Amino acid sequence: MKTESTLEKILASGHLAVTSECGPPRGAQPQKVREKAEMLRGVVDGVNVTDNQTAMVRMSSLAACIIIRQMGLNPILQMVSRDRNRLAMQSDIIGAYSHGIDTMLCLSGDHPKFGDHPMAAGVHDIDSVQMVEMVKNMRQEGRFQGGEKIDGPPQMFIGAAANPFADPFELRVARLAKKVKAGVDFIQTQCIYNVDKFEKWMQGVRDRGLHEQVYILAGITPMKSVGMARYMKNKVPGMDVPDELVKRMGGVPKEKQAEEGIKICLETIERLKGVEGVRGFHLMAIEWEHKVPEIVERAGLLPRPVEQANPQVGTGNA
Amino acid sequence: MITAERKPLEELIECLKPYRRILLAGCNECVTVCAAGGRKEVGILSSALNMHFMKEGKPLEIKEITLERQCDPEYLEQLAPQMDQVDAVLSMACGCGVQEVARRFKETPVFPALNTKFMGASERPGMWAERCQGCGDCVLGSTGGVCPISRCSKQLLNGPCGGSTLGKCEVNPDIDCAWQLIWDRLKALGKTELYEENLPAKDWRPGRGAGPRKILREDLAS
Repeated sequence: MKTESTLEKILASGHLAVTSECGPPRGAQPQKVREKAEMLRGVVDGVNVTDNQTAMVRMSSLAACIIIRQMGLNPILQMVSRDRNRLAMQSDIIGAYSHGIDTMLCLSGDHPKFGDHPMAAGVHDIDSVQMVEMVKNMRQEGRFQGGEKIDGPPQMFIGAAANPFADPFELRVARLAKKVKAGVDFIQTQCIYNVDKFEKWMQGVRDRGLHEQVYILAGITPMKSVGMARYMKNKVPGMDVPDELVKRMGGVPKEKQAEEGIKICLETIERLKGVEGVRGFHLMAIEWEHKVPEIVERAGLLPRPVEQANPQVGTGNA
Repeated sequence: MITAERKPLEELIECLKPYRRILLAGCNECVTVCAAGGRKEVGILSSALNMHFMKEGKPLEIKEITLERQCDPEYLEQLAPQMDQVDAVLSMACGCGVQEVARRFKETPVFPALNTKFMGASERPGMWAERCQGCGDCVLGSTGGVCPISRCSKQLLNGPCGGSTLGKCEVNPDIDCAWQLIWDRLKALGKTELYEENLPAKDWRPGRGAGPRKILREDLAS
Protein backbone atom coordinates (compact mmCIF):
# COMPACT_ATOMS: atom_id res chain seq x y z
CA MET A 1 0.00 0.00 0.00
CA LYS A 2 1.32 3.38 -0.98
CA THR A 3 -1.09 5.44 1.15
CA GLU A 4 -3.75 5.29 3.86
CA SER A 5 -6.47 6.06 1.32
CA THR A 6 -9.69 4.10 1.82
CA LEU A 7 -10.09 3.97 -1.95
CA GLU A 8 -6.68 2.36 -2.29
CA LYS A 9 -7.52 -0.21 0.40
CA ILE A 10 -10.71 -1.21 -1.34
CA LEU A 11 -9.10 -1.42 -4.76
CA ALA A 12 -6.10 -3.33 -3.43
CA SER A 13 -8.37 -5.86 -1.74
CA GLY A 14 -9.94 -6.63 -5.10
CA HIS A 15 -13.39 -5.21 -4.43
CA LEU A 16 -15.13 -3.22 -7.13
CA ALA A 17 -14.80 0.36 -5.92
CA VAL A 18 -17.55 2.95 -6.16
CA THR A 19 -16.98 6.69 -6.25
CA SER A 20 -19.34 9.52 -6.97
CA GLU A 21 -19.12 13.26 -7.03
CA CYS A 22 -20.27 16.37 -5.30
CA GLY A 23 -20.21 19.68 -7.15
CA PRO A 24 -19.73 22.46 -4.59
CA PRO A 25 -22.30 25.30 -4.52
CA ARG A 26 -21.91 28.66 -6.23
CA GLY A 27 -21.94 30.54 -2.97
CA ALA A 28 -21.12 30.32 0.72
CA GLN A 29 -23.56 27.48 1.43
CA PRO A 30 -21.73 24.82 3.42
CA GLN A 31 -25.05 23.11 4.20
CA LYS A 32 -25.46 22.32 0.48
CA VAL A 33 -22.16 20.44 0.53
CA ARG A 34 -23.32 18.50 3.60
CA GLU A 35 -26.71 17.71 2.03
CA LYS A 36 -25.16 16.38 -1.18
CA ALA A 37 -22.43 14.43 0.60
CA GLU A 38 -24.83 12.98 3.19
CA MET A 39 -26.78 11.23 0.40
CA LEU A 40 -23.59 9.35 -0.45
CA ARG A 41 -22.83 8.08 3.06
CA GLY A 42 -22.43 4.32 3.08
CA VAL A 43 -22.94 3.98 -0.68
CA VAL A 44 -19.60 5.12 -2.09
CA ASP A 45 -15.94 4.74 -1.15
CA GLY A 46 -14.90 8.24 -2.19
CA VAL A 47 -16.58 11.51 -3.07
CA ASN A 48 -14.96 13.49 -5.88
CA VAL A 49 -15.21 17.18 -5.20
CA THR A 50 -15.01 19.11 -8.44
CA ASP A 51 -12.70 22.10 -8.91
CA ASN A 52 -14.58 24.99 -10.56
CA GLN A 53 -16.22 22.47 -12.88
CA THR A 54 -17.06 23.69 -16.40
CA ALA A 55 -14.90 26.73 -15.57
CA MET A 56 -17.62 28.23 -13.34
CA VAL A 57 -16.67 29.73 -9.99
CA ARG A 58 -17.77 27.55 -7.07
CA MET A 59 -16.76 26.98 -3.48
CA SER A 60 -13.19 25.69 -3.67
CA SER A 61 -12.72 21.96 -3.90
CA LEU A 62 -10.37 22.06 -0.91
CA ALA A 63 -12.89 23.87 1.33
CA ALA A 64 -15.71 21.49 0.35
CA CYS A 65 -13.38 18.49 0.84
CA ILE A 66 -12.69 19.64 4.40
CA ILE A 67 -16.42 19.88 5.13
CA ILE A 68 -16.95 16.37 3.75
CA ARG A 69 -13.97 15.00 5.64
CA GLN A 70 -15.37 16.46 8.87
CA MET A 71 -18.52 14.44 8.18
CA GLY A 72 -16.41 11.29 8.28
CA LEU A 73 -16.62 10.64 4.55
CA ASN A 74 -13.72 10.25 2.11
CA PRO A 75 -13.42 13.24 -0.20
CA ILE A 76 -11.34 13.08 -3.38
CA LEU A 77 -9.75 16.46 -4.08
CA GLN A 78 -10.05 17.36 -7.74
CA MET A 79 -7.47 19.86 -8.97
CA VAL A 80 -7.26 21.49 -12.40
CA SER A 81 -4.15 23.02 -13.90
CA ARG A 82 -6.26 25.84 -15.36
CA ASP A 83 -6.56 27.83 -12.13
CA ARG A 84 -3.31 27.26 -10.25
CA ASN A 85 0.41 27.35 -10.80
CA ARG A 86 2.68 24.75 -9.22
CA LEU A 87 3.17 26.79 -6.04
CA ALA A 88 -0.57 27.08 -5.39
CA MET A 89 -1.12 23.40 -6.23
CA GLN A 90 1.52 22.13 -3.85
CA SER A 91 0.43 24.35 -0.97
CA ASP A 92 -3.18 23.23 -1.41
CA ILE A 93 -2.09 19.59 -1.55
CA ILE A 94 -0.20 19.97 1.73
CA GLY A 95 -3.18 21.81 3.17
CA ALA A 96 -5.58 19.11 2.02
CA TYR A 97 -3.46 16.33 3.46
CA SER A 98 -3.16 18.22 6.74
CA HIS A 99 -6.96 18.02 6.92
CA GLY A 100 -6.93 14.26 6.36
CA ILE A 101 -7.65 14.36 2.63
CA ASP A 102 -5.50 11.61 1.14
CA THR A 103 -6.87 11.05 -2.36
CA MET A 104 -6.86 13.42 -5.29
CA LEU A 105 -7.55 13.66 -9.01
CA CYS A 106 -5.23 15.60 -11.36
CA LEU A 107 -6.93 17.27 -14.33
CA SER A 108 -6.24 19.95 -16.92
CA GLY A 109 -9.78 21.36 -16.55
CA ASP A 110 -12.31 22.78 -18.98
CA HIS A 111 -11.16 25.81 -20.92
CA PRO A 112 -12.34 29.17 -19.45
CA LYS A 113 -14.30 29.67 -22.67
CA PHE A 114 -16.96 27.25 -21.42
CA GLY A 115 -17.58 28.97 -18.10
CA ASP A 116 -18.81 32.22 -16.62
CA HIS A 117 -15.40 33.92 -16.76
CA PRO A 118 -14.40 33.45 -20.41
CA MET A 119 -12.22 36.57 -20.06
CA ALA A 120 -9.98 34.85 -17.49
CA ALA A 121 -6.43 33.74 -18.27
CA GLY A 122 -5.84 29.98 -18.03
CA VAL A 123 -2.75 29.29 -15.91
CA HIS A 124 -1.51 25.96 -17.34
CA ASP A 125 1.89 26.25 -15.69
CA ILE A 126 2.02 22.44 -15.72
CA ASP A 127 -0.32 19.92 -17.35
CA SER A 128 -2.18 16.98 -15.82
CA VAL A 129 0.57 14.46 -16.63
CA GLN A 130 3.16 16.70 -15.00
CA MET A 131 0.82 17.25 -12.02
CA VAL A 132 0.61 13.48 -11.47
CA GLU A 133 4.39 13.28 -11.51
CA MET A 134 4.70 16.22 -9.12
CA VAL A 135 2.29 14.69 -6.58
CA LYS A 136 4.04 11.32 -6.88
CA ASN A 137 7.42 12.90 -6.20
CA MET A 138 5.99 14.80 -3.23
CA ARG A 139 4.92 11.41 -1.83
CA GLN A 140 7.73 9.09 -2.94
CA GLU A 141 10.74 11.38 -2.86
CA GLY A 142 9.41 13.83 -0.29
CA ARG A 143 10.42 16.66 -2.59
CA PHE A 144 8.70 19.71 -3.95
CA GLN A 145 8.54 20.10 -7.71
CA GLY A 146 11.30 22.69 -7.40
CA GLY A 147 13.57 20.08 -5.80
CA GLU A 148 13.64 21.12 -2.10
CA LYS A 149 12.83 18.58 0.62
CA ILE A 150 9.35 18.61 2.18
CA ASP A 151 9.12 18.51 5.95
CA GLY A 152 6.13 16.18 6.25
CA PRO A 153 5.39 15.02 2.69
CA PRO A 154 1.71 14.51 1.80
CA GLN A 155 0.89 10.87 0.99
CA MET A 156 -1.70 11.26 -1.73
CA PHE A 157 -3.36 8.39 -3.61
CA ILE A 158 -3.20 9.84 -7.09
CA GLY A 159 -5.91 9.74 -9.71
CA ALA A 160 -6.31 11.13 -13.20
CA ALA A 161 -8.91 11.09 -15.94
CA ALA A 162 -8.96 9.24 -19.24
CA ASN A 163 -11.28 9.81 -22.14
CA PRO A 164 -11.40 6.73 -24.39
CA PHE A 165 -13.79 8.54 -26.73
CA ALA A 166 -11.82 11.63 -27.74
CA ASP A 167 -9.75 11.79 -30.90
CA PRO A 168 -7.42 10.53 -32.13
CA PHE A 169 -8.61 7.14 -30.82
CA GLU A 170 -5.29 5.47 -31.63
CA LEU A 171 -3.61 7.80 -29.10
CA ARG A 172 -5.97 7.13 -26.24
CA VAL A 173 -4.18 4.10 -24.84
CA ALA A 174 -0.82 5.84 -25.31
CA ARG A 175 -2.07 8.88 -23.39
CA LEU A 176 -3.04 6.57 -20.53
CA ALA A 177 0.43 5.04 -20.73
CA LYS A 178 1.92 8.50 -20.27
CA LYS A 179 -0.09 8.97 -17.07
CA VAL A 180 0.96 5.53 -15.84
CA LYS A 181 4.56 6.42 -16.55
CA ALA A 182 4.09 9.64 -14.56
CA GLY A 183 2.93 7.54 -11.60
CA VAL A 184 -0.86 7.63 -11.55
CA ASP A 185 -2.55 5.15 -9.16
CA PHE A 186 -6.14 5.19 -10.40
CA ILE A 187 -8.13 6.43 -13.38
CA GLN A 188 -11.69 7.65 -13.62
CA THR A 189 -12.90 7.58 -17.21
CA GLN A 190 -15.17 9.89 -19.16
CA CYS A 191 -18.87 8.86 -19.10
CA ILE A 192 -19.31 5.62 -21.00
CA TYR A 193 -22.29 5.31 -23.36
CA ASN A 194 -20.56 3.64 -26.28
CA VAL A 195 -19.66 0.41 -24.50
CA ASP A 196 -18.32 -1.26 -27.65
CA LYS A 197 -15.77 1.51 -28.12
CA PHE A 198 -14.88 1.42 -24.43
CA GLU A 199 -14.25 -2.35 -24.64
CA LYS A 200 -12.04 -1.77 -27.64
CA TRP A 201 -10.05 0.77 -25.62
CA MET A 202 -9.80 -1.65 -22.68
CA GLN A 203 -8.50 -4.30 -25.06
CA GLY A 204 -5.71 -1.89 -26.02
CA VAL A 205 -5.10 -1.17 -22.33
CA ARG A 206 -4.81 -4.91 -21.55
CA ASP A 207 -2.63 -5.57 -24.60
CA ARG A 208 -0.05 -3.29 -23.01
CA GLY A 209 -0.59 -4.63 -19.51
CA LEU A 210 -1.60 -1.19 -18.27
CA HIS A 211 -4.60 -2.63 -16.39
CA GLU A 212 -2.13 -4.26 -14.03
CA GLN A 213 -0.39 -0.97 -13.31
CA VAL A 214 -3.37 1.29 -12.68
CA TYR A 215 -6.87 0.85 -11.26
CA ILE A 216 -9.48 1.87 -13.81
CA LEU A 217 -12.87 3.10 -12.63
CA ALA A 218 -15.48 3.25 -15.38
CA GLY A 219 -17.30 6.59 -15.60
CA ILE A 220 -21.08 6.35 -15.56
CA THR A 221 -23.61 9.17 -15.90
CA PRO A 222 -27.34 8.36 -15.87
CA MET A 223 -29.36 10.37 -18.37
CA LYS A 224 -32.45 12.09 -17.02
CA SER A 225 -34.21 12.71 -20.31
CA VAL A 226 -33.89 12.47 -24.06
CA GLY A 227 -33.02 16.19 -23.99
CA MET A 228 -29.99 15.45 -21.84
CA ALA A 229 -29.00 12.57 -24.14
CA ARG A 230 -29.10 14.90 -27.15
CA TYR A 231 -27.20 17.60 -25.28
CA MET A 232 -24.46 15.15 -24.26
CA LYS A 233 -24.25 13.84 -27.79
CA ASN A 234 -24.12 17.18 -29.58
CA LYS A 235 -22.77 19.76 -27.19
CA VAL A 236 -20.25 18.15 -24.86
CA PRO A 237 -16.76 17.87 -26.41
CA GLY A 238 -15.29 14.38 -26.32
CA MET A 239 -18.59 12.66 -25.45
CA ASP A 240 -19.77 9.65 -27.46
CA VAL A 241 -23.51 8.91 -27.16
CA PRO A 242 -24.65 6.37 -29.78
CA ASP A 243 -27.81 7.19 -31.77
CA GLU A 244 -29.57 4.07 -30.52
CA LEU A 245 -29.38 5.34 -26.92
CA VAL A 246 -30.90 8.68 -27.89
CA LYS A 247 -33.61 6.78 -29.76
CA ARG A 248 -34.24 4.49 -26.79
CA MET A 249 -34.59 7.46 -24.43
CA GLY A 250 -36.91 9.20 -26.88
CA GLY A 251 -38.94 6.03 -27.35
CA VAL A 252 -40.49 6.13 -23.87
CA PRO A 253 -42.97 8.71 -22.52
CA LYS A 254 -41.41 11.77 -20.89
CA GLU A 255 -42.35 10.74 -17.34
CA LYS A 256 -40.61 7.37 -17.80
CA GLN A 257 -37.40 8.68 -19.35
CA ALA A 258 -35.59 9.10 -16.03
CA GLU A 259 -36.23 5.44 -15.17
CA GLU A 260 -35.12 4.43 -18.67
CA GLY A 261 -31.90 6.40 -18.15
CA ILE A 262 -31.25 4.54 -14.91
CA LYS A 263 -31.98 1.20 -16.59
CA ILE A 264 -29.44 2.02 -19.31
CA CYS A 265 -26.85 2.91 -16.71
CA LEU A 266 -27.52 -0.32 -14.75
CA GLU A 267 -27.17 -2.38 -17.93
CA THR A 268 -23.89 -0.58 -18.67
CA ILE A 269 -22.55 -1.30 -15.18
CA GLU A 270 -23.57 -4.97 -15.47
CA ARG A 271 -21.80 -5.34 -18.79
CA LEU A 272 -18.68 -3.51 -17.57
CA LYS A 273 -18.43 -5.75 -14.50
CA GLY A 274 -17.39 -8.44 -16.94
CA VAL A 275 -14.64 -6.41 -18.60
CA GLU A 276 -11.21 -7.42 -17.38
CA GLY A 277 -9.35 -4.44 -15.96
CA VAL A 278 -12.44 -2.49 -14.84
CA ARG A 279 -11.90 -2.18 -11.09
CA GLY A 280 -14.89 -0.09 -10.14
CA PHE A 281 -17.30 2.65 -11.09
CA HIS A 282 -17.32 6.40 -10.91
CA LEU A 283 -20.93 7.65 -10.85
CA MET A 284 -21.32 11.20 -12.06
CA ALA A 285 -25.01 11.88 -11.45
CA ILE A 286 -24.97 15.53 -12.43
CA GLU A 287 -27.41 17.43 -10.16
CA TRP A 288 -29.02 14.06 -9.52
CA GLU A 289 -26.98 12.97 -6.50
CA HIS A 290 -30.03 11.62 -4.66
CA LYS A 291 -30.32 8.86 -7.26
CA VAL A 292 -26.84 7.50 -6.55
CA PRO A 293 -27.85 5.28 -3.57
CA GLU A 294 -30.60 3.69 -5.66
CA ILE A 295 -28.27 3.09 -8.61
CA VAL A 296 -25.55 1.59 -6.40
CA GLU A 297 -28.08 -0.67 -4.72
CA ARG A 298 -29.80 -1.81 -7.92
CA ALA A 299 -26.36 -2.42 -9.47
CA GLY A 300 -25.68 -4.91 -6.67
CA LEU A 301 -22.78 -2.91 -5.32
CA LEU A 302 -24.05 -2.64 -1.72
CA PRO A 303 -23.00 -2.96 1.02
CA ARG A 304 -19.69 -1.17 0.62
CA PRO A 305 -16.77 -3.21 1.97
CA VAL A 306 -15.25 -0.99 4.65
CA GLU A 307 -16.30 1.46 7.28
CA GLN A 308 -16.15 5.13 6.46
CA ALA A 309 -13.08 7.06 7.54
CA ASN A 310 -12.62 8.40 11.03
CA PRO A 311 -14.00 11.94 11.19
CA GLN A 312 -11.01 13.19 13.14
CA VAL A 313 -9.25 15.91 11.19
CA GLY A 314 -6.07 17.89 11.24
CA THR A 315 -3.76 15.06 12.25
CA GLY A 316 -1.98 14.93 8.96
CA ASN A 317 -1.74 11.20 9.36
CA ALA A 318 -5.04 10.07 7.93
CA MET B 1 6.75 37.64 -38.06
CA ILE B 2 4.88 39.90 -35.67
CA THR B 3 1.27 40.26 -36.72
CA ALA B 4 -1.09 43.11 -35.98
CA GLU B 5 -4.50 44.50 -36.82
CA ARG B 6 -5.52 48.11 -37.08
CA LYS B 7 -7.60 49.53 -34.24
CA PRO B 8 -11.13 50.65 -35.09
CA LEU B 9 -11.23 54.12 -36.66
CA GLU B 10 -13.47 55.47 -33.86
CA GLU B 11 -10.83 54.63 -31.24
CA LEU B 12 -8.13 56.43 -33.23
CA ILE B 13 -10.35 59.47 -33.79
CA GLU B 14 -11.00 59.65 -30.04
CA CYS B 15 -7.31 59.72 -29.11
CA LEU B 16 -6.43 62.29 -31.82
CA LYS B 17 -9.16 64.78 -30.87
CA PRO B 18 -6.94 67.06 -28.75
CA TYR B 19 -4.34 67.39 -31.55
CA ARG B 20 -4.18 69.21 -34.87
CA ARG B 21 -0.82 68.21 -36.41
CA ILE B 22 -0.20 64.48 -36.62
CA LEU B 23 2.74 62.44 -37.79
CA LEU B 24 1.38 59.15 -39.10
CA ALA B 25 4.29 56.71 -39.11
CA GLY B 26 4.19 53.31 -40.81
CA CYS B 27 6.75 50.52 -40.66
CA ASN B 28 8.15 48.60 -43.59
CA GLU B 29 8.73 45.31 -41.73
CA CYS B 30 6.29 42.73 -40.29
CA VAL B 31 3.23 44.99 -40.27
CA THR B 32 3.73 45.68 -43.97
CA VAL B 33 3.74 41.96 -44.68
CA CYS B 34 0.56 41.40 -42.69
CA ALA B 35 -1.01 44.46 -44.34
CA ALA B 36 -1.68 46.34 -41.12
CA GLY B 37 0.76 49.24 -40.94
CA GLY B 38 2.84 49.61 -44.13
CA ARG B 39 2.98 52.48 -46.62
CA LYS B 40 -0.34 51.48 -48.19
CA GLU B 41 -2.17 51.30 -44.85
CA VAL B 42 -0.67 54.65 -43.83
CA GLY B 43 -2.24 56.18 -46.96
CA ILE B 44 -5.63 54.59 -46.32
CA LEU B 45 -5.75 55.60 -42.65
CA SER B 46 -4.58 59.11 -43.47
CA SER B 47 -7.46 59.58 -45.95
CA ALA B 48 -10.02 58.19 -43.52
CA LEU B 49 -8.86 60.48 -40.70
CA ASN B 50 -8.71 63.48 -43.00
CA MET B 51 -12.22 62.83 -44.20
CA HIS B 52 -13.60 62.51 -40.68
CA PHE B 53 -11.96 65.61 -39.20
CA MET B 54 -12.78 67.64 -42.31
CA LYS B 55 -16.45 66.75 -41.91
CA GLU B 56 -16.27 67.80 -38.27
CA GLY B 57 -14.91 71.17 -39.41
CA LYS B 58 -11.60 70.60 -37.58
CA PRO B 59 -9.20 69.56 -40.33
CA LEU B 60 -6.11 67.63 -39.28
CA GLU B 61 -2.68 68.26 -40.69
CA ILE B 62 -1.30 64.77 -41.30
CA LYS B 63 2.28 64.09 -42.35
CA GLU B 64 2.83 60.56 -43.66
CA ILE B 65 6.06 58.67 -43.33
CA THR B 66 6.96 54.97 -43.46
CA LEU B 67 10.22 53.89 -41.87
CA GLU B 68 12.28 50.87 -42.80
CA ARG B 69 11.94 49.71 -39.14
CA GLN B 70 10.50 51.56 -36.17
CA CYS B 71 12.17 49.20 -33.70
CA ASP B 72 15.65 50.28 -34.77
CA PRO B 73 17.26 53.55 -33.53
CA GLU B 74 19.08 53.99 -36.82
CA TYR B 75 15.87 54.35 -38.85
CA LEU B 76 13.98 56.13 -36.10
CA GLU B 77 16.24 59.16 -36.55
CA GLN B 78 14.39 59.94 -39.76
CA LEU B 79 11.49 61.14 -37.60
CA ALA B 80 13.62 63.70 -35.77
CA PRO B 81 13.34 66.59 -38.29
CA GLN B 82 9.52 66.30 -38.20
CA MET B 83 9.08 66.32 -34.46
CA ASP B 84 8.92 70.05 -33.81
CA GLN B 85 6.18 70.37 -36.45
CA VAL B 86 3.73 67.85 -34.98
CA ASP B 87 1.58 67.63 -31.83
CA ALA B 88 1.46 63.83 -31.72
CA VAL B 89 2.65 60.68 -33.45
CA LEU B 90 0.25 57.96 -34.52
CA SER B 91 2.43 54.91 -35.03
CA MET B 92 1.35 52.08 -37.30
CA ALA B 93 4.19 49.83 -36.10
CA CYS B 94 3.82 46.93 -33.69
CA GLY B 95 4.08 47.60 -29.94
CA CYS B 96 7.88 47.43 -30.18
CA GLY B 97 8.01 50.27 -32.69
CA VAL B 98 5.54 52.42 -30.73
CA GLN B 99 7.70 52.07 -27.61
CA GLU B 100 10.88 52.97 -29.46
CA VAL B 101 9.24 56.16 -30.78
CA ALA B 102 8.20 57.00 -27.20
CA ARG B 103 11.69 56.28 -25.88
CA ARG B 104 13.47 58.41 -28.50
CA PHE B 105 11.07 61.37 -28.54
CA LYS B 106 10.24 62.05 -24.92
CA GLU B 107 8.34 65.31 -25.46
CA THR B 108 5.83 64.14 -28.08
CA PRO B 109 2.85 61.92 -27.29
CA VAL B 110 2.69 58.71 -29.35
CA PHE B 111 -0.42 56.58 -29.88
CA PRO B 112 -0.65 53.04 -31.25
CA ALA B 113 -2.77 52.69 -34.37
CA LEU B 114 -2.53 48.89 -34.24
CA ASN B 115 -3.27 46.10 -31.83
CA THR B 116 -0.21 43.84 -31.89
CA LYS B 117 -1.39 40.21 -31.97
CA PHE B 118 1.16 37.42 -32.12
CA MET B 119 4.21 35.85 -33.70
CA GLY B 120 2.81 33.86 -36.56
CA ALA B 121 2.91 32.72 -40.14
CA SER B 122 0.72 33.19 -43.17
CA GLU B 123 -1.42 30.05 -43.59
CA ARG B 124 -2.92 31.31 -46.85
CA PRO B 125 -3.37 34.70 -48.50
CA GLY B 126 -5.10 37.01 -46.05
CA MET B 127 -4.78 34.71 -43.05
CA TRP B 128 -2.15 34.63 -40.32
CA ALA B 129 -1.99 32.13 -37.47
CA GLU B 130 -0.12 32.02 -34.19
CA ARG B 131 3.00 29.87 -34.13
CA CYS B 132 5.33 30.93 -31.32
CA GLN B 133 5.13 32.36 -27.81
CA GLY B 134 8.83 33.05 -27.45
CA CYS B 135 9.19 30.65 -24.51
CA GLY B 136 12.96 30.87 -24.86
CA ASP B 137 13.55 27.11 -24.80
CA CYS B 138 12.28 25.57 -28.02
CA VAL B 139 10.67 22.11 -27.83
CA LEU B 140 9.84 21.76 -31.54
CA GLY B 141 12.47 19.04 -31.91
CA SER B 142 10.44 16.66 -29.72
CA THR B 143 7.01 17.64 -31.00
CA GLY B 144 7.36 17.04 -34.70
CA GLY B 145 7.82 20.72 -35.54
CA VAL B 146 4.42 21.75 -34.12
CA CYS B 147 4.45 23.95 -31.01
CA PRO B 148 2.10 22.79 -28.24
CA ILE B 149 2.74 25.93 -26.18
CA SER B 150 1.46 28.31 -28.79
CA ARG B 151 -0.96 26.04 -30.62
CA CYS B 152 -2.71 24.02 -27.89
CA SER B 153 -5.41 26.11 -26.19
CA LYS B 154 -4.39 24.62 -22.83
CA GLN B 155 -0.68 24.78 -23.54
CA LEU B 156 -0.45 21.02 -22.81
CA LEU B 157 3.04 19.60 -23.16
CA ASN B 158 1.55 16.11 -22.87
CA GLY B 159 -1.68 16.31 -24.85
CA PRO B 160 -4.14 15.86 -26.33
CA CYS B 161 -6.85 16.60 -23.77
CA GLY B 162 -10.21 14.86 -23.84
CA GLY B 163 -11.76 17.56 -25.99
CA SER B 164 -9.98 16.82 -29.27
CA THR B 165 -12.65 16.02 -31.87
CA LEU B 166 -11.96 15.06 -35.48
CA GLY B 167 -8.69 16.96 -35.41
CA LYS B 168 -10.23 20.12 -34.00
CA CYS B 169 -9.94 21.89 -30.65
CA GLU B 170 -12.90 21.95 -28.26
CA VAL B 171 -12.43 25.69 -27.82
CA ASN B 172 -13.23 26.48 -31.44
CA PRO B 173 -13.69 24.24 -34.49
CA ASP B 174 -11.57 26.72 -36.47
CA ILE B 175 -8.56 25.76 -34.34
CA ASP B 176 -6.65 22.62 -35.29
CA CYS B 177 -5.89 20.34 -32.33
CA ALA B 178 -2.14 20.87 -31.91
CA TRP B 179 -1.69 17.35 -30.55
CA GLN B 180 -3.48 15.83 -33.53
CA LEU B 181 -1.03 17.74 -35.75
CA ILE B 182 1.90 16.58 -33.61
CA TRP B 183 0.73 12.97 -33.74
CA ASP B 184 0.16 13.06 -37.52
CA ARG B 185 3.62 14.50 -38.02
CA LEU B 186 5.32 12.00 -35.69
CA LYS B 187 3.63 9.23 -37.67
CA ALA B 188 4.83 10.71 -40.96
CA LEU B 189 8.36 10.87 -39.56
CA GLY B 190 8.18 7.32 -38.18
CA LYS B 191 8.91 8.72 -34.71
CA THR B 192 5.75 7.84 -32.80
CA GLU B 193 7.85 6.57 -29.90
CA LEU B 194 8.60 10.22 -29.08
CA TYR B 195 4.96 10.67 -28.05
CA GLU B 196 5.32 8.55 -24.93
CA GLU B 197 8.35 10.40 -23.67
CA ASN B 198 6.71 12.64 -21.11
CA LEU B 199 7.79 16.23 -21.49
CA PRO B 200 8.78 17.54 -18.04
CA ALA B 201 7.25 20.57 -16.33
CA LYS B 202 8.56 23.57 -18.17
CA ASP B 203 11.05 26.01 -16.73
CA TRP B 204 9.44 29.32 -17.65
CA ARG B 205 12.50 31.40 -16.76
CA PRO B 206 13.87 31.56 -20.33
CA GLY B 207 10.41 32.92 -21.21
CA ARG B 208 8.65 35.66 -19.30
CA GLY B 209 9.19 33.87 -15.97
CA ALA B 210 12.28 35.86 -15.03
CA GLY B 211 10.88 39.22 -16.02
CA PRO B 212 11.42 41.26 -19.20
CA ARG B 213 14.20 39.73 -21.27
CA LYS B 214 17.26 41.02 -23.05
CA ILE B 215 19.69 39.44 -25.46
CA LEU B 216 23.27 40.67 -25.20
CA ARG B 217 25.77 39.69 -27.88
CA GLU B 218 29.19 40.77 -26.62
CA ASP B 219 30.68 40.25 -30.08
CA LEU B 220 28.31 42.83 -31.53
CA ALA B 221 28.08 45.21 -28.58
CA SER B 222 29.94 48.47 -28.97
